[in-house]
This record gives sequence, C-alpha cells and structure tokens, in this order.
Amino acid sequence: MSLELPRISSSDLSLQDLPVGKTSLGNAVVVGLKEIWAHKFRSALTMLGIVLGVSSLVAMSAMVQGMENGQREALLAIGGLQKVRMEAQRVPVEQRHLRDLARGMTLADVEALKAGVPDIEIIAPEMRLDLDPTLQANGKFHRTFMTGGVVPEKVKIMEHEVEHGRMFNDIDASEARPVCVIGTGIRDELFGRPEEAGSEVIPLGRIMTINGQPFTIIGMFKRYEGEQDRKQRLEREVERQRLISEGKAPPKAPERGQGRSGNFAFWIKNNTVYMPLNTMWHRFQSGLSNAPAEPRLSNIELKVRDFSQIEQTLTKIRNIMMVNHRGIEDFAFRTFEDWSADIDRFVKNARMSGGLIAGISLFVGGIGIMNIMLASISERIREIGIRKAVGAGGLDIFVQILVESVVIAVVGGVLGLAFSRFVVLGITWVAPTGNDPVITSGAMALSFGFAVVVGLVAGIFPAVKAARMDVIQSLRYD
Amino acid sequence: MALLELRNVSKIYHLGGEEIRALDDVSLDLDQGEFVSIIGPSGSGKSTLMHILGCLDSPTLGNVVLAGTDIAKASARELARVRNRTIGFVFQFFNLLPKLNVLQNVELPMIYAGIGSRERRERAEKALEMVELSHRLKNRPNQLSGGQQQRVAIARALVNNPKIILADEPTGNLDTHTGELILALFRRLAAEGRTVILVTHNPEIAAVTPRRIEIRNGKIAHQVDAKLAGLDRVSKAPTEGQPS
Repeated sequence: MSLELPRISSSDLSLQDLPVGKTSLGNAVVVGLKEIWAHKFRSALTMLGIVLGVSSLVAMSAMVQGMENGQREALLAIGGLQKVRMEAQRVPVEQRHLRDLARGMTLADVEALKAGVPDIEIIAPEMRLDLDPTLQANGKFHRTFMTGGVVPEKVKIMEHEVEHGRMFNDIDASEARPVCVIGTGIRDELFGRPEEAGSEVIPLGRIMTINGQPFTIIGMFKRYEGEQDRKQRLEREVERQRLISEGKAPPKAPERGQGRSGNFAFWIKNNTVYMPLNTMWHRFQSGLSNAPAEPRLSNIELKVRDFSQIEQTLTKIRNIMMVNHRGIEDFAFRTFEDWSADIDRFVKNARMSGGLIAGISLFVGGIGIMNIMLASISERIREIGIRKAVGAGGLDIFVQILVESVVIAVVGGVLGLAFSRFVVLGITWVAPTGNDPVITSGAMALSFGFAVVVGLVAGIFPAVKAARMDVIQSLRYD
Repeated sequence: MALLELRNVSKIYHLGGEEIRALDDVSLDLDQGEFVSIIGPSGSGKSTLMHILGCLDSPTLGNVVLAGTDIAKASARELARVRNRTIGFVFQFFNLLPKLNVLQNVELPMIYAGIGSRERRERAEKALEMVELSHRLKNRPNQLSGGQQQRVAIARALVNNPKIILADEPTGNLDTHTGELILALFRRLAAEGRTVILVTHNPEIAAVTPRRIEIRNGKIAHQVDAKLAGLDRVSKAPTEGQPS
C-alpha cells in the first residue's frame, strides 16, 4: 500500500451548512424491510401469527355474514319487512264482558281498509282450515297445516310464483269451485319427487281430497329453496345424470326432512295448499253447527307501500279496525320487524364472540411481534449505538423499530387477507353449512386495520427501549 | 475564540455511595485546525474526556462551549444533532454496520441529517474517493481489510463536513504501516482546517501530533504544545516514516 496522500481534499465536501431536515419515513420503511429480509425465517414465523389472526378474523366474519344472508333470504321469502299480518285474538281481559259483541275479522274489515287506507298496497284475507287437514291423492296421505282459502292477491303478498298451471281467479271464487293450487312439498308427498321419478312431476288436473272433499289441482308453485340448497340440489342432479349416462344406478335421493339449511320458511312455503276464499267458506265453514253468520277470517295480510311510513299506516289501520269492531280489540298486529331485530341481535352476538376469539389470536400474533422485536434490538445494541453516535436521535431509533414492527404486521396482514379465502374453504369443507360464507371488503379492511394497530402497539415497547439505550454503553457492547 | 472550550469540567459517578471523579476540574481549549492527542492509561479518565469532547455525554459540573454555544446542559436530542453536524467519529473497531455496504455505511450520518438520497450518494462517493476506496462501494465491511475499513469509517466521519474529528485508538487494530497511512490522513485533515483529536494510550502514536494532553486521575497531568514551544514549524515538515 502506498503512502501517497489522497488527491482529493476533504474541503471538497462543501463547507456550506447542511440543510436542516428530518429522517424520512420512507427510509425507515426501507431499513425495516431490509431487516425483515435479513431474518427471513424468523420474520416469516412472526408473520404467521398475524396471518392466522387476520385470516381467522376475516373467515369468522364471512361465516357470520353467510348466516345473516341466509336469514335475510328467508325473511324476504315470506314477504319482507313491508308485510303486516293481522290475526284474530281473544278479547283482552278488560273487555271480556263485551266478548259477545266481538264478531272477529270479516271481509267488511278488508273493504273498509281498502277504502280508508291508501297506503296499503295489497291486502289479502285468509281463512285457514283449522286442525291440520288430511290430503289424499294417488293413494297417499299427507297432513299439512298450511291449507287456506285466500284471494288471488295472496300470491303476491307471500312472494309465491305459480310455475305450472294457473292461480284461481275471481270466477273460480264467485262460483266456489273446488280447485286448489299446491306447493311442491305437497306434490313431493302425494305424487312423488322429481328426483325419484327422474323427471318433473306436474299433477295438474289430478284430483286431491281435502278432508274428504275432492279438489282439482289447477296450479303448482315453483320450488322454494335457499341459495345453498339450490346449488347442492343442482350438483346432485348433475351427478345423477352422469351416473345414469354411465349406466350405473343413480344414488337414492336424500330423505326429506334432511333439511340441511334448516330454513323453515322455505319448507312452509313449499307445503302450502290454497283454494278460493269462497270455496273454503262454503265447503268447510258455513255448514258447521257453530258457524258465525258472517264469514270469519283467520288473518288479514297486507303490504304497505312505504316502509318508512309504517308507523302512521299501522295507526290508520288500527283506527279503522277499532271503529269497525266497536272498540273491541279482538285482533292483533304482527310485523316482521321483530324477526329482523332477532337477526340483527344474532348477527351481533356471533360477530362479538367470533371476533373476540379471532381478535385474541391476532393479539397473540402481536405478542409474537413484540417478542421478536425485543430479541432483535438486543441483538442490535451495537448497531443502535453506532447510529446514535453518528447522529440518530432517540426519535429516529424509535421510528425505525416501530416501522419494522408495523411492516411485519402489514405484510402479515396482506398475506392473511389472501390466506383467508383458503381458511373459509377449509372451514366449509370440514363443517358445511347451509349458508355460503361471504367475505366482505368491510371485514377485510377491519381485520387489516386491526393487524396494523396490533403491529403498532407491539412495536411501541421495544421501540421505546431501543430509543432510550445509552449511546456510550451501546457502543461498548459486544 | 477557541472552537471547543472546556471550563472546569468534572464528571462524577456515584458507586455504592462512593464518589468517583472520572474527570476533576478539567479546563481545555481546542482551536480550529489543531491536531491534538489525548493520552493516558486506562482508568485515567481519558475515555470520559473523549465522551464529553465528542458530545456523547454531558459533564456533571462545568461548561462545554462549542463554537460559542454552551452545550453542557443540552438534551440528548440536541447532543445527537451536534454529533451529527459537528463531530465525526473514528473508532478502534471501526464500528461499521455489517449489513450495509460501504456506500450505505458512509451515507448513514447524512440520513440522520435529512439529506436527499441523490445528494447522499454524491457526497458519499466523494468522501470515499478521498480515502481512495471508490472501487469498493458495493462491498460489505467484512470483505475489506482493517485499513480499508478504517478508511470507510473516516469517510463516514467526514461526510457531514464536521469541524471536529474524534478518533479513539484509530490505529489500535491496524498494522504499523497501515496505521501510519491513517495518521497521515488525519494530519492532512487538520491541515485542511479540521480539529482532529486522537485518543490513545500509546505515546508513540501520540508523538505524531503537535499537541499532546496527558490525563491522569481525571486531571490534565502534562501538556505539550508544539506551538507554544515554537515547534509547530518543525511539525510542518513531513513526518512520514519518522521514528517516534
């Protein structure tokens, strides 16, 4: 090595004062990323905690969202929140002495409401056949409690759809014809399931007796089912077709009542028998020894035009009903707000408990970060000393350590979001539910945000510790 | 006015109720462009004096006036700023960050000075050119020899254009020949107007500086100042290879 002096003078490093500035955050992020890259395995293990925490949080939220969607689906299937149901009820105790004057709900009420409350969009009275009637056809029996005389508007209010044949009309009603429209559940019981028959079974024109009275089936509703049930049924159908085409025996269709979704609303809709209101009155009610002079209705269902005005509309309806009933309260309202509130409460509880558990796992991930950051700074005491000697302030060191911790959390969070998809698939594979989990962007944002906060909080203690290290002792440390 | 003045500086530690005066009423003036060595055996208070001169520590008593400003009672943050802008450190064990390459090590003080990345790179390259290491920019410190590492450390010390260079046993881990090269570099820096403080326990090394301050038991025991003796003209003569 020569002893030649450098050609260039240190004065070439301009002597003007240096600009006053702050440590750039971008620099700290780069340092943090390098540090993570330098300890790949260690960082990956630390991140795993965050990945699992974030993905379980997202997955939990997706499961609850799926359940909520299923419930809302069922709520819509029976007419949604705009539907109001009035049912006959016993005269309240304080009006018991007036009970002989109570005449129950009648078609006169329906006419009065139609005339008096313009906010009612559809109104549909129903006369239910009490005591589950026996249906008989094709040599088979079935009992169902959903047999009623209705007006054609009932189809709209119950969100029914006549897929085959027709709904009865006003002429059927005025002549009290013995005709009925049935749901696919009735068809399944009396005429056989399409899965077993191998093709759609449409019993139009067939005779079915209801409590011994013959009725002609003139229409059949479509099959109602939840989104998940429909998918599973179609899959089974495809599988069956494949087996048949291969010349193998098709598997037995699953037994009924194997209600995977457990969605009672759909089951009820499929087990409906409707006949004209007038037919119901003439065939089943008017001849009874204790029959009232005027046809009594079991319930009146109506749909309001504007849900936001439902309170006022209900008050109007109530006023008219009270006038018609001479002040005797032999009817009661039922709205589906209660059900909706139940759904909300259930969802909230499920979110809380699931969120708490997933949150704890994320928190544990945070403890992992803190642990690794503490190990990291005690490994880097000398580095911190050098950085401080050349002019890093406590704040610079604090930011550096904090950024490293947050970078781990952010990278872990991003991986966790990607991984959550697989967690959801895994959970539905292990424990299939009736409702498809739905990953929402809100849940992803929330989980990611939580991960970042966890990283931030986990980094604070190690960062403070590093920032407070004494420069002289750190420089001496080996 | 001197660049750095110590006025009645004491550093007192309390160990189990016992008072230890690591530095005891030391007063000292250092001018711009001075090349000075501080010598003393271990435990003499030499390191404590170096820490105070290097703004790594504050004295218990007394004043430290740097370019007219008393920094004896400055906060840790202000001291960090002073270290960053005014003082360049060179250590016995080089103290380079092993994960960073040569260029990044030299850039380090400028990061904390808040200098933009382009200017950082330019200045770091210039500083490395000055210590003749332009060809090793991308090397890691462990790929360099001791002398090269120490030159990287000097480049790092110079890069923020400090008024003071504080070197703690800079040749302690180098062979004689390399050590001499490093000392020549320091002499040159002093000639360019920087105050260079050389801390050593080795009188032979200390002999290359015109001014020598000997510390014993926390006090200045002995001081040789070539200027006062009129020897500064002698020291201007080339000293390379001079037996010391």
